[in-house]
Amino acid sequence: MTPANLGHHALLLAWSVSLALGLLPLWAAQRSVPSGMKLARPLALVQSLLIFTSFACLLWSLGVNDFSVAYVAAHSNSTLPLYYRLAAAWGGHEGSLLLWVFILQLWTSLLVWRSPHWPADTLARVLAVLGLISFGFVSFILFTSDPFQLLAEPVSDGADLNPLLQDAGMIFHPPMLYMGYVGFAITFALAIAALLGPEPDRSWAAWARPWALAAWAFLTGGILLGSFWAYYELGWGGWWFWDAVENASFMPWLVGTALIHSLTATAQREVFKSWSVLLCIVAFSLSLLGTFLVRSGVVTSVHAFASDPARGQFILALLVIVVGGSLSLYAWRAPAWRERQGFSWFSREAALLINNLFLLVAAGSVLLGTLYPLAVEALDMGRISVGPPYFEAVFVPLMLPLLVLLGLGPMLVWKQADKPSVKRRGAQAAAISFLLTLGAALATQSSPLMTLGLLTGIWMLVCTAQLVARQVLGTTTPLSSPKRWTMRAAPRAFWGMVLAHTGMALFVMSVTLLKGLEHSQDQVLKVGNNVQLGAYQFQLTQVEPVAGPNYRAAQARVEVSRHGQVEALLFPQRRLYTVRNMPMTEAAIDRSLLRDLYVSLGEPGPDGQWAMRLQVKPFMSWIWLSCLAMACGGALAATDRRAAKPASSRAQASLQDAQGASITSSTAAA
Amino acid sequence: MSPRRQRLLLVALSLSGLALSAWLVLSAFQKNLVFFLTPSQIQAGEAPKGRSFRLGGLVEPSSLARMENGLVATFVVTDQLHRVTVHYKGLLPDLFKEGKGVVAQGHMGPSGLFLADEVLAKHDENYMPPQVGKALARQGQHGTAPIDPHAKDFLP
Repeated sequence: MTPANLGHHALLLAWSVSLALGLLPLWAAQRSVPSGMKLARPLALVQSLLIFTSFACLLWSLGVNDFSVAYVAAHSNSTLPLYYRLAAAWGGHEGSLLLWVFILQLWTSLLVWRSPHWPADTLARVLAVLGLISFGFVSFILFTSDPFQLLAEPVSDGADLNPLLQDAGMIFHPPMLYMGYVGFAITFALAIAALLGPEPDRSWAAWARPWALAAWAFLTGGILLGSFWAYYELGWGGWWFWDAVENASFMPWLVGTALIHSLTATAQREVFKSWSVLLCIVAFSLSLLGTFLVRSGVVTSVHAFASDPARGQFILALLVIVVGGSLSLYAWRAPAWRERQGFSWFSREAALLINNLFLLVAAGSVLLGTLYPLAVEALDMGRISVGPPYFEAVFVPLMLPLLVLLGLGPMLVWKQADKPSVKRRGAQAAAISFLLTLGAALATQSSPLMTLGLLTGIWMLVCTAQLVARQVLGTTTPLSSPKRWTMRAAPRAFWGMVLAHTGMALFVMSVTLLKGLEHSQDQVLKVGNNVQLGAYQFQLTQVEPVAGPNYRAAQARVEVSRHGQVEALLFPQRRLYTVRNMPMTEAAIDRSLLRDLYVSLGEPGPDGQWAMRLQVKPFMSWIWLSCLAMACGGALAATDRRAAKPASSRAQASLQDAQGASITSSTAAA
Repeated sequence: MSPRRQRLLLVALSLSGLALSAWLVLSAFQKNLVFFLTPSQIQAGEAPKGRSFRLGGLVEPSSLARMENGLVATFVVTDQLHRVTVHYKGLLPDLFKEGKGVVAQGHMGPSGLFLADEVLAKHDENYMPPQVGKALARQGQHGTAPIDPHAKDFLP
């Protein structure tokens, strides 16, 4: 039996096991049959093991260059290094779907391992829903996109991986992004379990929260990697294009952000129950929509492989069943739930509610801009496109109030915040922010719009710093006690929030500075010519031919100097990949914390001229670092053990501090 | 605050948020929608006056000419029925090739010249803009699969 054969059979077995998992425990949970519910864990594990086997078989086939398998022949080549051959497992449509299911199984087995204290019926329902999702996707693979299809006549060598994908980004970006997308399947399953079973309460939200945070952290990391990759690989210095594929990952991110905030409120105060459940459904639906947009061929891009309409229709049907089914269930069950807790409008609940509204409206505007062109085309009303100007015009005004709220929200305590104290803290933070912004604006001679961006970022930073200062210094422990200075005083959820909010603040500031201060110029240069760009002088000193393993290239040598001192040597290339006869620009970047120097080599002109794009991008690295901080913040909060357990009243109180409540007021209450 | 008043406020807040965003979105839409046209549609006078749109077609073989310092290029975009000359200053994308598909964004200049701000080419050598495919099909030639012109594949 060849690996491909084994993989195919494992997939078939997994298909039937996932159907059993989807039906039996669910039936048992609805009928309260304990023996049936007990089946959920073993069935889930067997299913996961089968899918793991199947995925390992695909990797094996790619690793040993088994060109009798159609997928391997189409997406790999014997000259490819081993790591790209393995990464080719998600370099094509069929393999990337198997990766989707594989990651679903990673989450499922993690859930089986990490959730022993959940009630049996909840666990049975959750695993059953995950089984049904798995069943849907494995059906899709088996009926329309089998990666183990054999060729009638094996070929001697494969067609190679698209050169654009031959990069470290290919190894990490897709699995990371899928971890995020698919992670929302767990919270979705929890939402369905709540709709089919007992009304959700605080512990329900406490179970869901770490999973939502983990998925969100992965999604943040995945988007970051994709953007980072596009920045250096596409060769022209852009890092976010507002195209449909990016939007497809950005929408679940926005809704996921809303979800982790709303779940916090539900876990702490049992408010927004039905809202949190709805967000769980919407986040996963948008993940599925993302898969549909990217993989169906509705939009064509580096990411889209499918051109077979049957595939698109299958995903669309899956989408309709999941979204339609879960929303109908929601409409049927959720209205019976009652909110028992009230809160004032000057409270953290209210701040979180406004946060959620803004995030949802933002996600809606992205959804409209992404789907409207598709709808217009489907209705045969001509062809239009909605580009970055639309998204920027809508997004910036929507985000500004949210970002101001990001600073203010954590100052408020649950239920009813103390107005004078918040006023005092707010005024203090505002005064410091204005002073700092004034300094920064003078130093960079910034425009009014840039000043506004800086002010917003600095405000968030100052508010978060104030929060940390209060947490570390504001306790009643005497200064001399060593306990006073331990960061452990607050649980991880608090530090996670601080890290993520700091990341957001730094992100806003670095984008503002980048947009305000960057220089870019297209220029035709001969060897020996130079160009002045801001404080930097770029000189083309040499162009020579070089050869790579599977490409030929022209390589330029560019000397960048500042105040007469050479600061960087850059070697941009213009490559021609020989297997596919495909030209590609390989930009050269010199990175530092303060600026990126970015040079790309264009086409050769007559008599030794070369077209070049020269760019100075200030604070570019801070964009990546700030997104990394957000992802790490999410991960840190996800690993907070206290957050995962059903909250006792004591744990409750300390968690409340943790999430940034005023220490003084909660100790006073105690 | 009682749950009832809370719900009322929630509804009011959501509605005002929705109204605001609807206004934002619609005004931004109006300003920023970009239409996609073929040379035939331009010939028929469908080009919007005084705003930017996208022109799609094939680059006519041996129509590419560079001027001045080599950074300004002109080329002819055709759908095999009509032709439009495009004027562009900047770097042409990696996969820009004569005889291949191209999408240019810009506006009509005074003398029937299309002044492009951006030129995009497709990351697939078999690409053909759909309208071009249809136009070619009408003439009994076979185009390849129609593909969306406003996707990331069109890289600058």
